[in-house]
Amino acid sequence: MGSSSQQLDQIISKEYEHGFYTELEADAIPHGLSEDVVRLISKKKNEPDFMLQWRLKAYRHWLTMSEPKWAQVHHAPIDYQDMVYYSAPKSQKDGPKSLEEVDPELLATYTKLGIPLKEQEMLAGVAVDAVFDSVSVATTFKGKLAEQGIIFCSFSEAVQEHPELVKKYLGSVVPYTDNFFATLNSAVFSDGSFCYIPKGVRCPMELSTYFRINAKNTGQFERTLIVAEEGAYVSYLEGCTAPMRDENQLHAAVVELVALDNARIKYSTVQNWYPGDKDGKGGIYNFVTKRGDCRGKHSHISWTQVETGSAITWKYPSVLLRGDYSVGEFYSVALTNNYQQADTGTKMIHLGRNTKSTIISKGISAGHGQNAYRGLVKVQKGAENARNYTQCDSLLMGDRCGAHTFPYIEAKNPTAKIEHEATTSRIGEDQLFYCKQRGISAEDAVSMIVNGFCKEVFKELPMEFAVEAQKLLGVSLEGSVG
Amino acid sequence: MIGAQVRDRYLSDFKRVEATLPGRAVSWMQNTRRQAFEKFAASGFPTTRDEDWKYTSVAFLGEQEFVPSVAKVCEITQAQISTWAFAGSANHLLVFVDGYYAPGLSKIGAIEKQVLLTSTADLLVKQPELLAPLLQRNIDSAFAALNTAFMTDGMCLYLPAGSIVEDAIHVLYIATSPSKIYHHRNIIVAEDNTQATVIEHYVGINDAVYFNNAITSVDVGNNATIEHYKLQQEGVNAFHIANISAIQNRDSRFNSHSLAFGSRLARNDISTRFQDSGGECEMNGLYVVGGCQHIDHHTCIDHAKPRCTSREYYRGVLSGASRAVFNGKVIVQQDAQKTDAQQANHNLLLSKDAEIDTKPELQIYADDVKCAHGATIGQLDDDMMFYLRSRGISNDMAHGLLTYAFAHDIVDRIKFEPLRLRIEQILMAQLPQGEKIKELL
Repeated sequence: MGSSSQQLDQIISKEYEHGFYTELEADAIPHGLSEDVVRLISKKKNEPDFMLQWRLKAYRHWLTMSEPKWAQVHHAPIDYQDMVYYSAPKSQKDGPKSLEEVDPELLATYTKLGIPLKEQEMLAGVAVDAVFDSVSVATTFKGKLAEQGIIFCSFSEAVQEHPELVKKYLGSVVPYTDNFFATLNSAVFSDGSFCYIPKGVRCPMELSTYFRINAKNTGQFERTLIVAEEGAYVSYLEGCTAPMRDENQLHAAVVELVALDNARIKYSTVQNWYPGDKDGKGGIYNFVTKRGDCRGKHSHISWTQVETGSAITWKYPSVLLRGDYSVGEFYSVALTNNYQQADTGTKMIHLGRNTKSTIISKGISAGHGQNAYRGLVKVQKGAENARNYTQCDSLLMGDRCGAHTFPYIEAKNPTAKIEHEATTSRIGEDQLFYCKQRGISAEDAVSMIVNGFCKEVFKELPMEFAVEAQKLLGVSLEGSVG
Repeated sequence: MIGAQVRDRYLSDFKRVEATLPGRAVSWMQNTRRQAFEKFAASGFPTTRDEDWKYTSVAFLGEQEFVPSVAKVCEITQAQISTWAFAGSANHLLVFVDGYYAPGLSKIGAIEKQVLLTSTADLLVKQPELLAPLLQRNIDSAFAALNTAFMTDGMCLYLPAGSIVEDAIHVLYIATSPSKIYHHRNIIVAEDNTQATVIEHYVGINDAVYFNNAITSVDVGNNATIEHYKLQQEGVNAFHIANISAIQNRDSRFNSHSLAFGSRLARNDISTRFQDSGGECEMNGLYVVGGCQHIDHHTCIDHAKPRCTSREYYRGVLSGASRAVFNGKVIVQQDAQKTDAQQANHNLLLSKDAEIDTKPELQIYADDVKCAHGATIGQLDDDMMFYLRSRGISNDMAHGLLTYAFAHDIVDRIKFEPLRLRIEQILMAQLPQGEKIKELL
């Protein structure tokens, strides 16, 4: 095993591929958080009064809250006054209307990341709402979508152009009082994506957005709101990579999904933010609140996530199964390597009758990584015939990593059927031997086995993401064999 | 947190009874009690804001005034004892009434003479030095601290190396009077190559409101085997909080069975720690509750050393407006390679007002391990019901039969036959048409 594990060590210790920093003039405000900063952010974004009031309510509530301590993660205390709460690329003021107007340096960055916007427009048929340091800079395919009545734009644009929709749905799934990080986000969020699918419309393409964290010391507070009206369908992709940086950065995003009668929302994420170096220095703190609300009958929300980046991930995409016959799904692959920590899982709250939920969670720990699944399945009294199936599998590579499971199951209705299963395993030496004996190198074998382990989740991803996800795992996870 | 009023009440109780408690002549014991009380006064009772007590509220302790039991209240007759005793099989019977040893009702049969089987209070008088290290540990939680401060009596079993107690030791704890708080303290020390079976049996003789707070500590030496059963049949209005914690040495075996039927509210903390390699542990549990009962099991298996095996099987049947909580924690420490840990918790919800909260929890810090857990919540299978109904078995009876079969998986794991038969009886009595089911089997 000696030589092969050396090889593997090399692969594990591979530097972060997407580590580069684009020199851009940023339109930033001074460090720190106060009511003035909240007002300033709102003013800079030229927001209507209801938004400002909402932000202020959130900020005042935030002051009364303290940071949650229950997660199975450890980090140095975060100084919320030592952060910049707003930063937008300078060129944004003119508001580029097409790709040609976009800062060429920015475009080059995307090319390095492997998302050539222009090519995408033609080849992949994906509309990209690229978020670069908190302000949306390029939106494609807007016209095409508008024909069908679909609104897909940056959040600030939505606030200006569709205030009635924003007012109606903002905070209706994740209220500003929800939790410490969601409340902080409500007070200071800078931008994000807004998506509205009208009644009976099936969105003709996969909608996608790229989040990037660029300016130094800027917490990124994104807010995404997706509303699917009756009978609508949308598949939304979110992908992230971030440049290499030494200081920890806080990312506290909020995602709200609303599905009305017979609507279906599929939300996929590939998260590959900077995880810190091999000694655990630096990296992103990813504290995200994601929640979907199956408001209507027969509505369907599915979360798929591949989490390979971030120093700390703290994320529980949840579904409120309010409508009768609604369905919630959660498919997750979370990988922790080096000193990464992940505390992730889901919440399925069954409120309506005949609701169903499925949870498939795959955790992979290598190096000194700590990976925890924390989930809640709750069946309320009126939720007749609720059904849940949960499976959490962990794969351990190396004897210094950890895999933890904290499933909470609460049933208040006797017709509920709930199953939970969890297993822990590692890559067997016999499996490796089998592959190597057939001429497959150790790292390829590991990659194959791990991809097999994650197959159930990958098959839920849209094509473009599935390829990216497999590549990502290939880079960040091979190794630590036996 | 603890309200000043509640604390003052416990403090005045402590001052009043301190001089009557066993071990009053032993200075370290006095200190231990005082320290423990300080600890309790500082921490107070847990609230539902504490993660470990999220689903179980002990608010009743603030509302209800319990006074420490200082003496036996009711006389218990030999005839009463015989209804609980295991006829002809268990040769050792220790009876505690209202927290105090009742030698007249107890009967210790032939036993290897170096084996010590006695009451904790007795030993505190005769050989206190034996107990010093055992009573001074395990006082971290509020209830353990409270127990240490007020503890009156309990069973004490000391097995010197190589000794075996063939017959099961049946320990009966009888509560007779209302508004009392009982603090039992049981100690089992099994040195290398020893073997014994202990049955802790808690009963209430009426529907009095009382509070039983018991602690059992078990030290299992190298290659020793301890079979531990806990049969809980407290009165319907009783509160029962018990803590069983074991420490396992090399190649030792500790099997725990928790069979919970009685009480208004019960909480069991059962834990074991493998502090050397090669140990084995099996934890079985069965809770059958109805009415407004609340039963909570928190188990913890700490794999601190390599090559240990643990198995955990818990099943629950809930009817009426009852509520059950299960929290099974398995920790595999960094160097505990080759650990094999399996855990399963299955629950049958039979009524619309019953509630189950289960949380099987794994914390794994080693890679070469086999760990799995499973939890299910469901009802009786429709197909099975149909099968039985189509063969002319009444609805009630089919119901009872399937419930019985569900629970029997745990009953089957009881090795001590008289106890197994007793549990079957208890189950039959609780099921619809139990008598008829008996005929069928």
